[in-house]
This record gives sequence, structure tokens and C-alpha cells, in this order.
Amino acid sequence: MSRYFTQDHEWVDVDGDVGTVGISEYAQSQLGDVVFVDVPETGKTLSKGDEAAVVESVKAASDVYSPVSGTVTEGNAALTDDSSLVNSDAETAGWFFKLTLSDPSELDSLMDEAAYAAFVEGL
Amino acid sequence: MSDPELRDYASIIDQADDYVEPEILPLPLDAWHRAQGARMVEFAGYEMPIQYEGIMAEHAWTRDSAGLFDVSHMGQLVFSGEGVAHALETVLPGDIAGLGEGKMRYSLLLAQDGGILDDLMATRLLDDQPLPFSAQDVEPEAYDPLHPSPTASGSFYVVVNGATKYDDISYLIEHLPDDVTINILEDQALLAVQGPKAVEAVARIVPGVDGLVFMTAGAFYWNDVPLWISRSGYTGEDGVEISLPAEHAVAFADALLALPEIKPMGLGARDSLRLEAGLPLYGHDLDPEITPVMADLGFALSKRRREAADFPGAERILTQREHGPATKRVGLIVEGRQPAREGAEVIDDTGATIGRLTSGGFAPTLGKPIAMAYVPLALAAPGTRIEIAQRGKVHTATVTAMPFIPHRYVRAGAK
Repeated sequence: MSRYFTQDHEWVDVDGDVGTVGISEYAQSQLGDVVFVDVPETGKTLSKGDEAAVVESVKAASDVYSPVSGTVTEGNAALTDDSSLVNSDAETAGWFFKLTLSDPSELDSLMDEAAYAAFVEGL
Repeated sequence: MSDPELRDYASIIDQADDYVEPEILPLPLDAWHRAQGARMVEFAGYEMPIQYEGIMAEHAWTRDSAGLFDVSHMGQLVFSGEGVAHALETVLPGDIAGLGEGKMRYSLLLAQDGGILDDLMATRLLDDQPLPFSAQDVEPEAYDPLHPSPTASGSFYVVVNGATKYDDISYLIEHLPDDVTINILEDQALLAVQGPKAVEAVARIVPGVDGLVFMTAGAFYWNDVPLWISRSGYTGEDGVEISLPAEHAVAFADALLALPEIKPMGLGARDSLRLEAGLPLYGHDLDPEITPVMADLGFALSKRRREAADFPGAERILTQREHGPATKRVGLIVEGRQPAREGAEVIDDTGATIGRLTSGGFAPTLGKPIAMAYVPLALAAPGTRIEIAQRGKVHTATVTAMPFIPHRYVRAGAK
């Protein structure tokens, strides 16, 4: 299992051709209290950079972009009942959706954990 | 993920075109907020705290105990001179002349066509004591040496919105007679302490402040520092607003924070609290295209002034009051969990736009999304179901009487 990050603060865990997508600990801290998450429907086809999900804090709405292209296999139903999982467990239980990667070479343009940490440090 | 603050503050930044001074200015408590761990954002031409520990926690603390809000960005003005009350009544629709000493009133600065240029609080100062302010004159030619403030004819302390204060001052200089002096209290900080435990807490370091009732004000001292304190606020809770010299703001804020009931609050919680309290925010729910009747602020039109019909736009406003305005500000409770926000459209069953949300967000105390919107009068009755289009989705909402959360003001006779 490898984890990759985007400059827009999404992460994707890759296991074979299955990716699990969420937003980073840094992103949730910037958002503040999350009150609603809208995850994509199963079967939806996404291109890298597409608006895939919406995350709403008390004050503002943000789009979550798909880090890679693929077809959605599952949205995280737990977030419908408890969107605060994004705050309490952004990089594990607070995942947004899973997808089947259509072009794994896209991962080459993403950052690994160390590169992302350095990127956030520079913000 | 897209930047949450860009979308959130775009509408506020749009208003920044009107500022006289474009550079970002530090407020008296700027370093203090940073030291307390606040996240700062640009607002109304200043860097201001948006949140400390989080909006939900801050909001709940204010509803249960007491929150300290820095509102020093707001404009603090003193009007004095011969005929000042009558002069103010030429631009405000409230009974200003009838205000007793230390009594205050919510009012609206009206354009000549009756549109709302700002909302404000006006207080008649005390005649028998010096102003607790070190005042600075607007401009030499506006200063009337024959009428130094305060005068026997009375003087008025007025608090206006930060984002509009320079435009307000220009408008007031243009429309008020030369006999009236406008002092801008640029060296005064303004702190609000709001919540059910606010007054009892503040009274421990400022004895006597619990003698005030809602919408009254008076002069107090803290360690020889003069304070002008009003029992008022913008959260729907009991509380006070405290004007004091900026050079003492840090020490006084420290003293307030040393009280166990009080925690510091950011602008985010201020916004969610005022929305639950049904209080309109200038630049969002109120603007020059909106009249007091459209805004459902008829209480700001005092009876004497309505009968005299002697305020700007009186004919238009009184006609709307009698026959109903075409559109009216209403409260909405939105179904589901997703907030509907400012800019979302109210649509009819054909999908045509018939109204607009002017504020909206998640209501922490209610645990559901709420909003304010302007809708056609036929849809303005509580209980009416409407549809809202936002970012390609349609949401259902129900028109709801405001406030969403009952006000808890401590009024005269209620003690």
C-alpha cells in the first residue's frame, strides 16, 4: 500500500488498482468543524482533477478533487451519519471514496508523504 | 480541495472597493489575538481573528457562558452640536430626539431613496459628565469651536459597521448641517462580551455594570481607565459592548480572559450566533437596494417618525409598509444536512429565480442548516415551503419565524 498526496491536500492510498481517497490532516485543520460531506455515487467516472466530493464546514463549502482518474466503487457511507470523522480521523476512517484507477501512471505526478509534509511546511 | 476561505469571503472582499485606506491595518489587539492562537483573516480592511479552537466550540461556549469578541474594526462616532438630534433624524428613521440619557436605539442610515446604507446603534450620552473618549475631529472645517462636545443640547455615540464607516462618514458630512460636529473615535477599541454569564463576570472587575438593562449604557472605570459600556450586542444573548482607549485594550482583554466564564471568540462564531438570532448583517442581508420594510426591520421606524413621514424615502417606505413590499427578508430552515449559503437562488416550480439567499450556514445550536433570504411576499409566511438551487442541486426549505433561537436579553423590569 502506498500513499500519495496532491497540492490540493487530497490523499490517495493505492492497493493494486484500487485507490482510497480522502483529505489530509492539514486540510481538515484548515476547514474547521465539518458539518456535511457529499461523496460521489458508485459508478461515477472521474478524471484526474475533477470535482469529486463536497466538504462543508460551518462557514464554507470546498470541493474535493479526484487525485487520479478512475471509476468510483464506493462512497464512505459513515460520513453521511457522522461527517465529523473528517475532523477526528481525516487520514483513516474519514476517507471519502474508493475508485478503480484507469491510469496508474498519473501517480507519478503526485507527492509522497515526505514531499507533502515539506510542501505543507512551506505554506 | 478548493480553498474554503476564498469562496466564503469573496462577497466581503467585493465590498473592499470603497475603502479609503486600502492597506491592511492592525487592530489594537492584533498581537494579542495571535498570541492567544487565533487564525487571522482579512476582513473590513483589517486582519481579524476568524476562529480560535473552532466555530462550533466557540459558539456553544457563548450560548452557555460568555465569549469575548473584538469588534474594534467598527466605527465609533460622536455627534454633537446645536440641533444634533434633529439633524440625525434627517438621515435615520428612528426617534432620536426622544432618547433619554444613556438610552440606545437600533437604527438605519438611509439613502435619499430609502435604501439602507448601514445599520447602527445610537446612544444619547450623558449631559453632566465629560465624554469618556479622547476624540479626534473629522476635519478642521467640520469642527465648530462654538459647540465643543458635549453640549447642553446633548451628544450621541453611534457605532457603525467597519466595512462601511468611511462611506457613512462622507455621507453624514454631506447631509448633516455645519452646526453638527462629528468626532471619529479612532483611538478607542471596542470589545463585546456576550453570553448568559457575561454581565455577572464583567461586574466582578467593573462594579455596577450589572445595573444596566438591555439597550442602556453608562460610563464606568476599570483601574482608572474610562469605559463606556452598553448592555447590548449582536448574538441574541445578554451581554455588553465596551468602548475603551486602545492603549488599555490588551490589559483589559487580559483581565476579561482571566475570568473563568470568558473565552475569546472569532468572527466565525459571531456570524453563526447572529444568524441564529435572526440579526441581519450589513453587506449581505442589507444593502442600498433594500428598504427597512423589505428587510422586515419595521421596528426601526418609530411611531412619531412614521406619522411625520419626515425621513429619507418616507413615501416609498410607508407605501411598502401599508401594501407590503414585493420581496421580504425571511428565515429559512433547510432540509437535510447540507448548508445552503449566500448567493443560492430561490426558484419556483418552473426553475425560474424568484429570490436569493443573503446569509446561510450550519446553525450549531439548532444542529441544522439555516438561512436568510429575500422571497416574494406571497411566499413569506412562516410554514411556506420553498426550493433553493445551489451548485446544481435543489434543496427544500421552510420559511421560519426569526429569531431561530430565542433572544435572552435582560430588559428593564425583568430583573
